[in-house]
Amino acid sequence: MAARASDEALSLTAAAAVERIAAGELSGAELFDLYRERAGNEDLGAFLWLSEAAADVPADAPLGGVPLAVKDVFCVEGVPSTAGSRILHGYRPPYTATAVERLAAAGAPMLGKTNMDEFAMGSSNENSAYGPVANPWDRERVPGGSSGGSAAAVAAGLAPWAIGTDTGGSVRQPASLCGIVGLKPTYGAVSRYGMIAFASSLDQCGPLTRDVTDAALLFRHMVGCDPCDSTSLDYPAEVPLPTAERLDGVRFGAPPELTGEGIEPGVLEVFNRVRTTIEELGGEVEDIALPHTAHGLAAYYVLAPAEASANLSRYDGVRYGMRAGDGDLLSLYEETRAEGFGDEVKRRIMLGTYALSSGYYEAYYGRAQRVRTKIAEDFRAAFERVDLVLTPTSPSVAFRLGERTSDPLSMYLSDYCAVPMSLAGIPAISIPGGLSDGLPVGIQLAGPAFSEPRILDAAHALERAVGFTGEPWRA
Amino acid sequence: MIERDQVLHVARLGRLKLSEEEVERMALELSSVLDHIEKIGELQLDGVEPTSHVLPLENVLRDDVPRASLPRDRALAEAPEPAGGGFGVPSPGGEG
Repeated sequence: MAARASDEALSLTAAAAVERIAAGELSGAELFDLYRERAGNEDLGAFLWLSEAAADVPADAPLGGVPLAVKDVFCVEGVPSTAGSRILHGYRPPYTATAVERLAAAGAPMLGKTNMDEFAMGSSNENSAYGPVANPWDRERVPGGSSGGSAAAVAAGLAPWAIGTDTGGSVRQPASLCGIVGLKPTYGAVSRYGMIAFASSLDQCGPLTRDVTDAALLFRHMVGCDPCDSTSLDYPAEVPLPTAERLDGVRFGAPPELTGEGIEPGVLEVFNRVRTTIEELGGEVEDIALPHTAHGLAAYYVLAPAEASANLSRYDGVRYGMRAGDGDLLSLYEETRAEGFGDEVKRRIMLGTYALSSGYYEAYYGRAQRVRTKIAEDFRAAFERVDLVLTPTSPSVAFRLGERTSDPLSMYLSDYCAVPMSLAGIPAISIPGGLSDGLPVGIQLAGPAFSEPRILDAAHALERAVGFTGEPWRA
Repeated sequence: MIERDQVLHVARLGRLKLSEEEVERMALELSSVLDHIEKIGELQLDGVEPTSHVLPLENVLRDDVPRASLPRDRALAEAPEPAGGGFGVPSPGGEG
């Protein structure tokens, strides 16, 4: 393909590429090769592994062969799947995650596996055992995390779209920091089968895309009940592609708890501009109290590490992954885990084990579960008055590599606005709202369980009005 | 403040061997995170039901239909030291 034609193909959104392919003006195989070449030459650290060739795409597959970047947390049969951890170095699973399988069957073959914070624990991608990822907007800065490789790949045009996982912001926060769209679905909407577990009551797979339409299109083909995941549910109806251009009559609630103290001035400025844009489109924005969300982060850092400490007990040097020790059973466990896990994973195992240990269980885990109830109740009450909750996605823009690694709490605060929705199990999207000092600022819209179509519609109208055109890779 | 003894106790429970440097660092880092977490102690939560799961799901039993499972050789293919058709582990009693 001539250089101009290939640049043009690479500039298409995934939905536009699907249309071109359906019209016979582009082939999925051609597009795959273009992205394969581009991704093969990347120097951001976004990919950990690339497919040599596209898997066969069924002839009438609705997604036409538009390739997909897959976070390395998803098991894919025969393909290295490490979850960013040394302990799974070289691990090739004997089966494939349902989400990956469904998307491949729908015509989105895997382009490659993307870098991530180890076991999805982190907000900067600096916890990967395989090196950091640079933010394409400023290579001195982090892409966010834990789905940092997926976000950077989409923002840099190395992939048309990607999937990641979100436990407490790991799709939305990197989407925000990289200036793209990221959707965390309702808990249970997408099967978790084959997704290497972090915190099972919170983990959910979601799309990272260039625009809202692409997010809806990818999401449509991910959802549904799976016999292999007993927490997965049938989605109530086919996910429609968003069409809204106005927000007449749509009521938004802005919680003071997540839109004031602790939010960077530049982020607040963009947030307030978007608030005005919503009103110009006919929407109403009112303040709405979510009093317990201020405690969301604290509850999350009990619940998620507690679940993680149990989930990660399976990495013991026996069934898969690396093995260390001096021949004694206890040393096999302790040394395999000492050598295989990185600092943050060790911290979370320690935190979770502590919170669950005898004498502390009720004070930490029991209380955190009650806070979770209160946060879910706050949202339920809010959604009796408003349709959607509106917040910044993250309190700051992309921070510098190394800036927060020595202070875990400052890193955790990056998910302050994203964690409450995860605890409540409700869907939320991050879309670019504008720039602050040349770096993207994400805006988060959240709604009740299974309200993704409404969220996507509102995000679509807002996206058009905001007119964010940031594409660092074209600069 | 988390004491050194507590760090070692929790590390043992979590089957993690920590270096001296890690023990010291972990004591400081866990203390700072726990200080933040302890804010939930200020909330009035009497009578509030705990949430372990957001979905109003009830257990449903599926039909017990036999089906093929992962073949043994595939299940063992990724094991670091398979032994005698199973996963190899050192004797729990130590050497031998």
